[in-house]
Amino acid sequence: MSALFSGEFWAFVGVVAGIYTILALGLQLEFGFTGLLNFGQVGFMAIGAYTMAILVVKDGLSIWIAGGLGVVAAGAAGLMLGLPAARLRSDYFAIVTIAFSEIVRYVATNENSLTGGSQGTIALGKGYQAAEYNGEWERFQAHVQTTLGIGSRDATMLVIVWTVTIVLLALVWLAVRTPWGRVLRAIREDEDAAASLGKNVLAYKLQALVLGSALAGVAGLLYAFQFSFFSPDDFQPLLTFFAWMILLLGGLGRVWSVPIGALVFGFLFSGTRFLDFAPLSYLDSGQRAYVRLIVIGVVIIGLVLFRPQGILGRREEMVLE
Amino acid sequence: VFWQLVANGLVTGSVFAIAAVGVTIVYGILRLVNFAYGDFMSFGALAAYAFNGPLHVALLPAVLLAMVCTAGLSLLLDAVLWRPLRARRAGFMSLFLASIGLALILRQSLFLAYGPQPETFRVNPYKVYVLGSVRLGEGQFIAVVTAGCVIVAIAVFLARTTLGRTMRALADDRSLAAIAGINTSRVIAFTWLLSGLLAGLAGVLAGLAQSSFDPNFGFQLLLPVFAAVVLGGIGSAYGALAGGLALGLAMELSTWPPFFGGVNPVYEPVVAFVVLTAALLVRPQGLFGKARLV
Repeated sequence: MSALFSGEFWAFVGVVAGIYTILALGLQLEFGFTGLLNFGQVGFMAIGAYTMAILVVKDGLSIWIAGGLGVVAAGAAGLMLGLPAARLRSDYFAIVTIAFSEIVRYVATNENSLTGGSQGTIALGKGYQAAEYNGEWERFQAHVQTTLGIGSRDATMLVIVWTVTIVLLALVWLAVRTPWGRVLRAIREDEDAAASLGKNVLAYKLQALVLGSALAGVAGLLYAFQFSFFSPDDFQPLLTFFAWMILLLGGLGRVWSVPIGALVFGFLFSGTRFLDFAPLSYLDSGQRAYVRLIVIGVVIIGLVLFRPQGILGRREEMVLE
Repeated sequence: VFWQLVANGLVTGSVFAIAAVGVTIVYGILRLVNFAYGDFMSFGALAAYAFNGPLHVALLPAVLLAMVCTAGLSLLLDAVLWRPLRARRAGFMSLFLASIGLALILRQSLFLAYGPQPETFRVNPYKVYVLGSVRLGEGQFIAVVTAGCVIVAIAVFLARTTLGRTMRALADDRSLAAIAGINTSRVIAFTWLLSGLLAGLAGVLAGLAQSSFDPNFGFQLLLPVFAAVVLGGIGSAYGALAGGLALGLAMELSTWPPFFGGVNPVYEPVVAFVVLTAALLVRPQGLFGKARLV
């Protein structure tokens, strides 16, 4: 119960909410503005995180170069998937993207020599030495902490993550206001109409997909830095569903609704840890984890049934169909 | 080795085929990609386990009871969830997300009820059926024989019975079928019933074929089942049967050593999606889907 009042715990919740915001922001661009049903977002996150970790540990690159390449790799994967898949009908596209993210996870689990296998990034190095990719990040974080005079390590991470998040939100907010963003919305509303006006629909869809995947890549980097170790199990399809739920909670077709959705989700997901009354108090912590996911499922269905435009969504702009 | 792989492929493929029909008939009529279907399969397998294991019911009645339970759950959910969503004219996206929410609820409830440890049915693990150079365990043998019979039964049902024909008519064009005097809500209820029965059966057979199962196992089977559905053309029941068998065979045969040295068996699900992607590139509407593209 004491964790309820600990700043450390809530700083952690805030960091995770920031990472989820970036993950869901990619989906907002793809679905909320372009109408693409990407259900494999977590796969791009994994590609970003793994590319960075592998390049740092195996090739000794600086985290900044390796991180940049991780984001590029995530975007490139979006392009590779989009080239065959973006022509598909939306239901086929949804299934193919989920499949893609599961393939990424299978490969990460089984290609031990490349990814460290199911043990995760600890096993990236040679022999029995535990591998680390975040030494440079730790030093950067310590530097930020002393420069800004922040009290704790967790609070520093909170500041860094939300700075990145707000910059990315602002960039996407600006981008969807340009003529380019209007074409995306036109495609969302009516693909054929946009095509008949001479817009190359496939090219615009691919651009949205690449940017959305690159955002997932950034989320993957921050995730890797926050936890300083990860394994394929961290990239279950569940994470994609969390991102979708955040999108729905906040509202579709808007940029600043995403962080609101992520914060509500963060409090809901972490806050349910503290529900300690009967009959919940009869369950052990493992069983309560199941209950938490049941609550998430109920909220998803409730949103779909009773508030399909999300908390902040405008009905005129976009309603879930 | 080759014929052994063919036999394994038929076991896997026939289970996929049954599951895929259960997914595709619901899609055909309701335009719902049921993400909770894998968890229906887990529900069926674990219900059969509950009757077969702790309650000591023989395997056959346990399976039938489990199928009835799964179908009952399927009908119940139609009444409390899918019917209200239909009344709101919910589109593909709403239905898909609702099924994801439902999948979470079902799977975690199964975890709460059974715990995470793997369970097995009461079959003799040492009994082996030998056919020429092929050896099948008892669970696999039961699975493939049952699945073969059920596949034929489904095909006959869809082709020859009035109800089967009306279901296909509804999948073809719902408003036209309604104008022609078909009682759509009755057919929809029946579709959920059939889908539930098939999910329960497919779950049990998959559990028999792979010998142990936990509340997660249905979800792990869901993606190859989806691949089979898409391969056959979403909404086409015959396509799903063919897609399931083709995919099961492709997955097992890809491990055959003369085939590029044989794919590592852990990548069998990946093979399913490579086959799927290749097929979609050639025929974006699926092998048996109608060519009303995009």
